[in-house]
Amino acid sequence: MIKWQLGTLAELKPETPRVSSLYLDVPEWPGHLAGQHVDVRLTAEDGYQAERSYSIASAPEDRRLALTVERLDDGEVSPYLVGELRVGDKLEFRGPIGGFFVWQGQDERPLLLVAGGSGIVPLMSMLRHRASASRKPPARLLYSSRKFEDIIYAQKLARLAAAGDGLSVHHTLTREKPSGWTGYTRRIDAAMVKDVAWPKDTTPAVFVCGPTSFVEAAAQLLVAMDYDPRWIKTERFGATGG
Amino acid sequence: MADMTLDGNAIAGLLREIFTMEMTNALGTCGSCGAVNEVGRVQVYLHAPGTVVRCPSCEHVLMRVVRGRGKYWVDLSGVRCLEFAEP
Repeated sequence: MIKWQLGTLAELKPETPRVSSLYLDVPEWPGHLAGQHVDVRLTAEDGYQAERSYSIASAPEDRRLALTVERLDDGEVSPYLVGELRVGDKLEFRGPIGGFFVWQGQDERPLLLVAGGSGIVPLMSMLRHRASASRKPPARLLYSSRKFEDIIYAQKLARLAAAGDGLSVHHTLTREKPSGWTGYTRRIDAAMVKDVAWPKDTTPAVFVCGPTSFVEAAAQLLVAMDYDPRWIKTERFGATGG
Repeated sequence: MADMTLDGNAIAGLLREIFTMEMTNALGTCGSCGAVNEVGRVQVYLHAPGTVVRCPSCEHVLMRVVRGRGKYWVDLSGVRCLEFAEP
């Protein structure tokens, strides 16, 4: 049976104006796989409970469990996690959960990661895991954000790509672009996917995560490139993500 | 309302409560069209306290789960077979 447990918030790191990473000390963490999530449960004084799933952002080998949470103004849980929760506070959760949307370091296929908004979070766990692996398959990330300041992990991704270990990071901005922007400036489309995705004869491992409409659009574009649907693993965050 | 659709990853925790093990890699056979998909790939509609699971190939209802008042109601009549590894 999967048990609820308490973690203690050790560090809170803003990532964007609406997104923060929560670093938790967890007394009995059994370890996790890159791509898994936890369920977080809040209990009000009157006993009312709200539960939401949040992807794990940290790599399996990291010391602390990290969640990265987007604040949704009409949300029941995220405004508490990003805004109310303070260092030293306890948080109730259970996990790790999930076995389908996971990437394991021994998978040698080229890796294609496609993220929309906060869909980057489980993919970041995969990239962190890959960064600490001894053998690294080549990897490409296509990451769609609304605006430049909405890019989660912008500097961390730049550092990972600068390591020169076979990772390339490709951004697209769908709403506003800053001057001097050299990335894409449109919604994900066939030409963009063709630029970034591995040729199909390399039989890549593909992970797509983000809002439902983004995930479905991206998966359809990949299938239209003759990718086998079985190579493509998807995780939908619903209308707004997170 | 397409953006209300989630997938089997979203009910991994709920299924762990019921089956006591990780189920998103389990293979489900649709009772209507016979398509075989990992549970991670199914369509999921969360309308607390109920959850409706549909086949990603034909949208036939595979599973309904209601949780409340300390009980579960699990309707698996749309799934012909569920295949998963021993723990």
